[in-house]
Order: sequence, then C-alpha cells, then structure tokens
Amino acid sequence: MNAMDRQPRRVVADKVTMAHGGGGKAMRDLIEDVFTSVFRPPGMEDQARLMTEAVTVPGARLAFTTDGFVVSPMEFPGGDIGKIAVCGTVNDLAVGGAKPLWLSAAFIIEEGVEISTLRRIAASMQKAADDAGVSIVTGDTKVVGKGSGDGVFITTSGIGVIEPGRDLLAETVQPGDVAIVNGVLGDHGAAILAARGDMALSTEIPSDCQPLNHLMEAILTAAPGTRVARDATRGGLASALNEIADAAGVGIEIGEDVLPLRTEVKGVCEILGLDPLYLANEGTLVIFVPEEQAHAALSAMRATDAGRQAVIIGKATTQHPRTVVMKTVFGGLRIVDMLVGEQLPRIC
Amino acid sequence: MCLGIPGQITEISDATRKLAMVDISGVKREVNVACIAGDDPLEDLIGTWTLIHVGFAMSKINEEEAVLTLEVLRELGEAQEEIEAMRASATMLADAS
Amino acid sequence: MKYADEFRDPVAAKGVLAAIERVTQEIGATKEKPVHIMEVCGGHTHAIFRYGLDKLTPKGLEFIHGPGCPVCVLPMSRVDECVQIAEDPKVIFTTFGDAMRVPGTKKSLIQAKADGADIRMVYSPLDALELARRNPDREVVFFGLGFETTTPSTALSILQADADGLTNFTIFCNHITVPPPIKALLDDPHMILDGFVGPGHVSMVIGTEPYQFIARDYGKPIVVAGFEPLDLLQSVLMVLEQIRDGRAEVENQYSRIVPNEGNPVSIAACEKVYEPRPTFEWRGLGEIDASGLRIRDRYKAFDAEVKFNIGYGRNTSFTEEQEGCACGDVMTGRIKPHACPQFGKGCTPEMPLGALMVSSEGACAAYYQYGGLDLEPAE
Repeated sequence: MNAMDRQPRRVVADKVTMAHGGGGKAMRDLIEDVFTSVFRPPGMEDQARLMTEAVTVPGARLAFTTDGFVVSPMEFPGGDIGKIAVCGTVNDLAVGGAKPLWLSAAFIIEEGVEISTLRRIAASMQKAADDAGVSIVTGDTKVVGKGSGDGVFITTSGIGVIEPGRDLLAETVQPGDVAIVNGVLGDHGAAILAARGDMALSTEIPSDCQPLNHLMEAILTAAPGTRVARDATRGGLASALNEIADAAGVGIEIGEDVLPLRTEVKGVCEILGLDPLYLANEGTLVIFVPEEQAHAALSAMRATDAGRQAVIIGKATTQHPRTVVMKTVFGGLRIVDMLVGEQLPRIC
Repeated sequence: MCLGIPGQITEISDATRKLAMVDISGVKREVNVACIAGDDPLEDLIGTWTLIHVGFAMSKINEEEAVLTLEVLRELGEAQEEIEAMRASATMLADAS
Repeated sequence: MKYADEFRDPVAAKGVLAAIERVTQEIGATKEKPVHIMEVCGGHTHAIFRYGLDKLTPKGLEFIHGPGCPVCVLPMSRVDECVQIAEDPKVIFTTFGDAMRVPGTKKSLIQAKADGADIRMVYSPLDALELARRNPDREVVFFGLGFETTTPSTALSILQADADGLTNFTIFCNHITVPPPIKALLDDPHMILDGFVGPGHVSMVIGTEPYQFIARDYGKPIVVAGFEPLDLLQSVLMVLEQIRDGRAEVENQYSRIVPNEGNPVSIAACEKVYEPRPTFEWRGLGEIDASGLRIRDRYKAFDAEVKFNIGYGRNTSFTEEQEGCACGDVMTGRIKPHACPQFGKGCTPEMPLGALMVSSEGACAAYYQYGGLDLEPAE
C-alpha cells in the first residue's frame, strides 16, 4: 500500500513513553505524526537517495559534517534545541565554504517528554531548514528511560557542496588580513544563562541562533579572497580567534572599543563576572579577508539579515605569533587566551 | 575581590523581607535592600542608584561625590592636553627657526 | 553603564597617567629602584590586567599583588570539608561559582559534583534561602566565602532564615577579614612596601577607620580605591603623592560608594551573627590571629559546622603547600609570578598547584591569562 493512500498515523499519547521507542506501532505513529509529516523526506526507506548537479562540476567537492546538540532549557528566547540543531550543522558547512543541501536528524528522547514539545521542536527545525534552504532527508528516534537523558538530544549531520576554487583554510590567514564579525557577541550564552533561571536574572536577550549560509554566500561572492570563516560557538569569539592564530601562525589584535555587544549582555557579564568574548554564539561568525577586500566583504555582509551589524574588529599581525591580544578601551593590551574549562559565574 | 556593580531600584517586591527589583543594564534581579533602607518607607528607594554585591544593595551611590571625582579626573586630563599642546607648539617653533 | 563607563574614559586616563609618570620621577623611582605599591584586593589585580594598566604605568612603579582573593587563600582542608558536607545525600550544597574549581586534597567541588553530589552554583545566598524554602525535605548548605563585603549578605540571610523559622538552612562559614593579613604582611621583615591601594568594596561596609593603624603605626599611605580603571589610576596617583610629600594617611578615592563610617546596618548584622575565631588558616600565609569569623552560639542552628559536626580544625589539620610552590614569596612581593619555578609548568589554571593560580583574581592566574608577554601594539 502506498503511504499516501492510507490514513496518516496519529500519536494519541500526551507524553513519550518507552513504547514510542519499541519499534512497533507507537513508534511508527510518533515518527510519522511528529517528524516526517513536518520534514517531508523524499522517501521512507532507511536511507535517503540523493544527487545534485553541483557535485558533477569538475573540481567540486562534497562537505560532510556532524554535530550533537544538548541544551538546557530546550526552549529559550530566540530559539530551541531544534533550531540550534539545524543552524549549527548548516553553519558548520557554510563557514567551510560549502552550500548546505541535506541534513539528517537523530533524536534521543527521554521518557516523559511532552509530545507537544516535540511538535514545537520539529516545526522549528523545519522553519530553520526552510530559512537555510536545506532539506531534512533522513532521521532516527530512540527513547531512553527517565533520568537517562535530559529531555531531547539531537544529532544532525549535513552534506553540502563546495564550488570549485573555494578553499577556506585557517592556515592561509596572512598578517594584515582584516577580521570582521557579523553581529553582536554573546547573545546565545547570555540568553541561555538567563533562561536557565539558576541566577534569577530576568532579561529580554534573545539567542542569536540563525543560519549563516546566505551570509557566507554574500561574503564569498563579494570577497572571493576570503581566507577563513569560523562560527564562534562554544568558547565564544576568543576560542575561534585562538584557533585561527594557532593554525596560521599569526598574531591577532582586536579592539575592545569596536566589539559589538548588546547592553543587556554587558549587564549579565558585569553581574556574573563573565567575559563576553567567551560566551557562546549560535549565529555569529568571524571572517578574515585580505585588507583590499575588507570593504567589499563588509558591505555585502551588511546587506544581509544575518550581517546587518557587521563590523571590523581587528587584524592579523606579525607580532606575537599564535597569540590573540586585545587593545583595551584604555589603550593597554591584554592577552585573550583560550578558555580554561567552563566559564563560571564569580563574585570576586 | 567582591564584584560590585551599579544598579537602579525599580520597585519594591517584598516589603517584609526588604526585597526590591533592580535594573542593571536592562537585566532585572531581585535584591535585598536592608543595608540601604533607613527609617523612611521602602518606596522612597525607588529610583535610587545602589552598588549591588551578591544580591544585596550594599551602598547608595553618592551622585555629588561621583561628580567631584570625575571633575578631578577631568582637570588632570585637561592639564595634560594643555601640556601636550604647549609641547607641540614649542616643537613647531623650534622647527620653524 | 552609569557610574562605570565615565570611569573608563581613555582621555582622562592620559592625564592621570602623565601625573603618575611625573610623580614617580619626583620620587626618584626607577626600574632598578622602583616604588612598591600593593593592591590588597584581587579585584584590583584583575582590573590591572583586564585593562592592561601595568603596561601603561612607568617602569619605576611596581605593583605587588596582595592576598585579597578569598578563593586564592582558601585552605585545601576547608575545601575537603565542603566536599564532605556536599557528599551527604540529604544535602544541597550551594556555592558561588568561584569556589567550584578550588582544589582540595582529594577533589574540588566540580569533581565532587561529577561524582554525584548535589552541588549548585548560585549568584546570591538569597537563592540558597529560596532553595531551602522549596526543598523542605533537604538540607540546604551555603558556602559562606569572602571578605567583609560578602559577610553581611550571609549574616542577613541567617537573620532572615531565623525570622522565617527555616530549619533546613545552614551556612558553612569561611568568612575572613582584611586588616589582619595586612598587619601580618607589614610585620614580615622581608616585605618591601611603600604604600597600599585599599579595597573599595570591603570599605563600603567597614569604612576607612580600620586602616588607620597602617598610617599611624607603620607610616604607610593607603588610598581606598574603586574598581574602574580610572579609579585605580587615580588612587595610585594619590598614594604616590603621599609618598612624595612624606605623608602617611588614609585617603578615600571611592567616596561615591564608600562613606568613611561604612555601612551601619551591615556592621550591626555581622556583629549580631558572627564573632572572630581565635585564628584562621590562609593558604600561602599560614595561620593569622583573629582573621576569620564563626557563627555565634545564638545562631548555631544555622551553622553547618555544628549541624555536620565539622568544627574548624577538628577533623583536619594544617595542609602543607605543594612542593616547589612559591605563593608565599609572590604574595609578599619577593618574586614576580613568572619567577616561580612551577609557573606555567607544574602550575597552570587547569591544574593549579598554588593558591594564586586558582582564581582569575590570583596574581599568578592573572599573569598566566593576560600578561604572559611583553606586548607592543601593532600599527
């Protein structure tokens, strides 16, 4: 019987139980009603069968990436775990210069999660996929017992195509190259901290979670000499810059006075003694471009939704190789090192 | 030691326990105001700028003193600018002669 | 942010820095024969590195980074006691984030949490009180850590718990006081010091009177300072001017926050709830008389030491510092952090050996994080 000819399956329960992972009818109901009816994959086999003309161009390459997503709380201002799971993988492909095409999504669901929560997550994933112009083509669900998980964990993998001639590599950054970020720093980290509620702070900061592939296309079209792009996720901008300095063997100097920061993020950082350079982002990237293309890159970025607040933050230097330094608002210099472990709120 | 930041009291949230909401750069948090509450009604504190440490308003910020300190700093800055301007004109004169 | 941004103005800084340069010259201090100023407070140490102030001040001025970081000076044995309390299955152990990574002899709180203890970071003791109200069947313990700035917050929390009739809330009191270690340092014959930048937020509680002995008995200038970079520079200038003029006084740069008499409500709450311990151990400095506080008998129901039978010094003895650790020498200004043989080798922020590498306010951690190189700006 063709799947299209029969009645669509429906989940009747309010909450996920072990039955939804048992391989039987309940599981089929969950997958079809909550996930595939939203994602509309090209087929219902255990594999997606895919082809695109772009791969057949001589010199083109496939890009393939995977990422696991855990976030508490699962839903927060500006996004949820589903949106992050799509954007995170789309962005990993995009910052490598690939055009993202297809995603897989594997869900590990803790017993007791509300079906309505899953529906919201699935809808938000599809919305993010539509925004990015990618398809969620295959997936999997597993259910674990209460206490063996924390709500929902999602793993997404993504495939994209890199056009011939594109080769973004941190190693190619040269002294004199200009560093540009696409927008304000630390929104995601601050939004999650506030949403968790442990610190009893209330603020309106939304996560910056967004797909960056359209922005990357704009950058690479306007500034084809772009050396590298990194999304400043865990460990924040500081970690992304340190990785680049280390790989390229250059020094990097940024200016504290030009770093784009939301007032409320500054507030959260002042209250908890955190450094916004280390706060996580989910829709913020840094690129290095040759100086002569910096203006073109900047204008192109500002013409996109994800890059309206793009700004030059610094440059690569011959001084202090493999070290990132920041010129403070005071004209002093300080080292911006990699984070040691996790950034903890402090009182002193 | 002792991270403290300025915040402004926006409302009294629990008068019995001397709790109030403060606004710190657009971030809201409930704090204890016992240390800065005198004998006047707690409502009088609304609008007050205070130094916050670990959820306690520890000191009222003295606006007059803040202005005085800034004045001294500004004078030092202006004095330096004058010195630099004098140096610059002296160099110019020396170059001209 | 109001009352902060104005004190970060680089233009005004130029003026103060020029004045600092001038007065340093007038004193006759040079790189070889520098003038030594101790910033007592770790917050000041942090600000110096955070804003790169040490790179802007003249070579004839040397900062000595003082003992004012409660996390750095916390003895390992006290961390062991924290872990012991936290591992009781009845207990929700609450702490400021700062204490999570401090090593004990066996493990840190972060490791104890990984081993299953219910340890929660909070922003305020008020949040611990709230947890106690919401979890009447659990014992909520708050790790009371910090100097005079933080002490009123736990004292008022105990008074609130008493008023609310809470029976499942205790404080593990490790509060310490600033003046005794300053005195201990001044009594140290090896100590080279010409003046102090005094702790601003401690002073907003205790006022400026408790520092009079520094000027009167030891003839050293002290200026109570705010935490913004301009505050700090102006205070340094004021100390230098005192040295130049041969004065030794207690001055208050941070008058917008610090009333000379302190905060009477805070002082009263602390007096009511706490009393001095005969002696207390400081990591890197040893035992110092009357430098720690304990909860008075009247409030023993809120004392974790009583409830969990952990009296100070009862279960643990003085813990020896690790071999090769030179924290004591750094804290007394005898050597700079990177002159310690373990610096960056056996002792890093990931695996701290000594007290000063533990918190981001510790002099060694600050050097490690911010100041590892002699930096020149690129142009």
